[in-house]
Amino acid sequence: MAVKTVIEAIREGMDEEMARDESVFLIGEDVGNRGGVFLASDGLFKKYGELRVIDSPLAESCIVGVAIGAAINGMKPIAEIQFADFIAPAMNQIIEEAARFCYRTAGDFNLPMVIRAPWGGGVHGALYHSQSIEATFGHIPGLKVVVPGTPADAKGLLKAAVRDPDPVLYLEHKRTYRLVKGEVPDGDGVVPIGKADVKRQGKDLSLIAYGLMLTYCLEAAEKLAAEGVSAEVLDLRTIKPIDQAAIIATARKTGKVLVVHEDNRFAGIAAEVMAIIMENAFDALDAPVMRLTGPDVPAMPFNHVLEEAFMPNVDKILAKARELAAY
Amino acid sequence: MKVEQRPAGSPSKEALTDKATLLTLYREMLLIRRFEEKTAEMYQAAKIGGFCHLNIGEEATIVGTISTLRPTDYVYSTYREHGHAIAKGIDPKAVMAELFGKETGTSRGRGGSMHLFSQEHRFYGGYAIVGQALPIACGSAYAINYEEKDEVVMSIFGDGATNIGAFHESLNVAKLWHLPIVFVCVNNLYGMGTAVSRASAVTEIWKKACAYDMTGERVDGMDVLAVRRITDQLVAQAREKHEPSLLECLTYRYRGHSMSDPDTYRGKDEIKEWQTRDAILSLGDYMKKQKMLDDQEIQKIDEEVTAQVEEAVKFAEESPEPDPKDLYRDVYADEVAS
Repeated sequence: MAVKTVIEAIREGMDEEMARDESVFLIGEDVGNRGGVFLASDGLFKKYGELRVIDSPLAESCIVGVAIGAAINGMKPIAEIQFADFIAPAMNQIIEEAARFCYRTAGDFNLPMVIRAPWGGGVHGALYHSQSIEATFGHIPGLKVVVPGTPADAKGLLKAAVRDPDPVLYLEHKRTYRLVKGEVPDGDGVVPIGKADVKRQGKDLSLIAYGLMLTYCLEAAEKLAAEGVSAEVLDLRTIKPIDQAAIIATARKTGKVLVVHEDNRFAGIAAEVMAIIMENAFDALDAPVMRLTGPDVPAMPFNHVLEEAFMPNVDKILAKARELAAY
Repeated sequence: MKVEQRPAGSPSKEALTDKATLLTLYREMLLIRRFEEKTAEMYQAAKIGGFCHLNIGEEATIVGTISTLRPTDYVYSTYREHGHAIAKGIDPKAVMAELFGKETGTSRGRGGSMHLFSQEHRFYGGYAIVGQALPIACGSAYAINYEEKDEVVMSIFGDGATNIGAFHESLNVAKLWHLPIVFVCVNNLYGMGTAVSRASAVTEIWKKACAYDMTGERVDGMDVLAVRRITDQLVAQAREKHEPSLLECLTYRYRGHSMSDPDTYRGKDEIKEWQTRDAILSLGDYMKKQKMLDDQEIQKIDEEVTAQVEEAVKFAEESPEPDPKDLYRDVYADEVAS
């Protein structure tokens, strides 16, 4: 067991999967010779060669389309979209084809493929380098969507995604890459897709989050403890298929739930989590389920004051949690 | 629409004289013609619903290309793909059953007319979104290279697809990565209701290959032997040299874009003129001149393929509907996630 960053865990996960299975290959913009803009694939080009670490043209629809075709033919592609915001040109391939291939062929084909995309704000990336896309894709049956927030989960979910028989959108929060460090188990350490994880036990209220917001919620929980409020922190880890049982369990345990995400509010993941709780644990609630989210504006602005106004942070989580605790 | 022929001219019919091959091509084209005529009839009788696009008139582009492939080669097509599916070896019964939306169809009734599929026959799909399949076909071709196999991918699309980004992205990587792929553009002169000259800055589609330093060819798509001869060369080039190519087949669909198209944008004379060059009639005439076929044999072949189509309809009509419970099947390969 060693302490690693999120980006190191992702690189290690890809390296180990490529070493384990020759049908795994990586394709994306600058993933080869340069090692990826965030250095997620640093060293892999040298180790595995240009046939398995492909510097693609800057053409996202082609990157994903090629990955689909290769997966049909039995390979296991990891397609990197350089920033989640750039995924729009590939949405046609992801939504219209990848998501429904198994269904439209009545199970003749399945697509064991991973699409990795760095997402999220707080890095002054402005309009086209900051977006959250999990709700958009979580809405699409046929896709799986994972959102690791820690190094151990980043590696374990990457491995699960590569080994999964279905298309998995693997979202890595770029602010966590080097900010979040943690112990990563030796060996495979596969983390199952579809399983949330209680990252901190508590009894007074539940904070449900994922990605960067997990780190912020854990910090907030620490501060709440000093104020005498025991907060449980549930890390969703997977958006689709979402872990209903874990959500219901924490709601039943504490009776008070705050869902936190930086994605836009309307029809966001929080709305789905709240609906699950209302349908399954209404009788156990001591307060209305609350949410703290990014605002419904078209994109994250560049200016730091505006960016901070957009992003949920520890102080905003604390304020909302205190409101919930006092209800 | 007036069509400029490529000056170099099409390879001649004389290149292929083997009677057995010619008979197979003739029978295959006629089967597709009769299948599509019956499909139109079934559509009008409301036995087939939804959106339906027929291959009638384009048979030479289908049989001339796909007949050059091995069973282990791959075909990606479009929403106008009933003929492609049959030419790749799928039983017309399974195709008709899919058009009827029945459980015995190629996709168990989920796809219908535009989304035929068969893993077994390496027919990797009809695609309803224009240009959609080209990058995917490149992915299959990439896997062939990676696994060092000698298979070939044929990616078939219409003239309309050549104005879409995915077309250009795909030709680019095909050339860049030396993919064993043949891009076949079935240019029927209209992208839905809009003439090629009104939608494409370059009306000679084969020239678009030049932008990618790729072999580009144009052939008379009403001449099955010409289509077959040039495709054979391009398939060999893909298989042996891993060099991709773009083949433009000039052809014409006798019916509207879809069954619901009133076809008001083309003159009746234009349609009639193209029908005088009908691929099936001209191959029949040629074979008669060569004393390979007589009217009686032509009649017999027609009766046989018509019976085959009737059998397909009977099979489709008698097949069961899918079970509503199956709505939730195959969302994921990993059923736990469903």
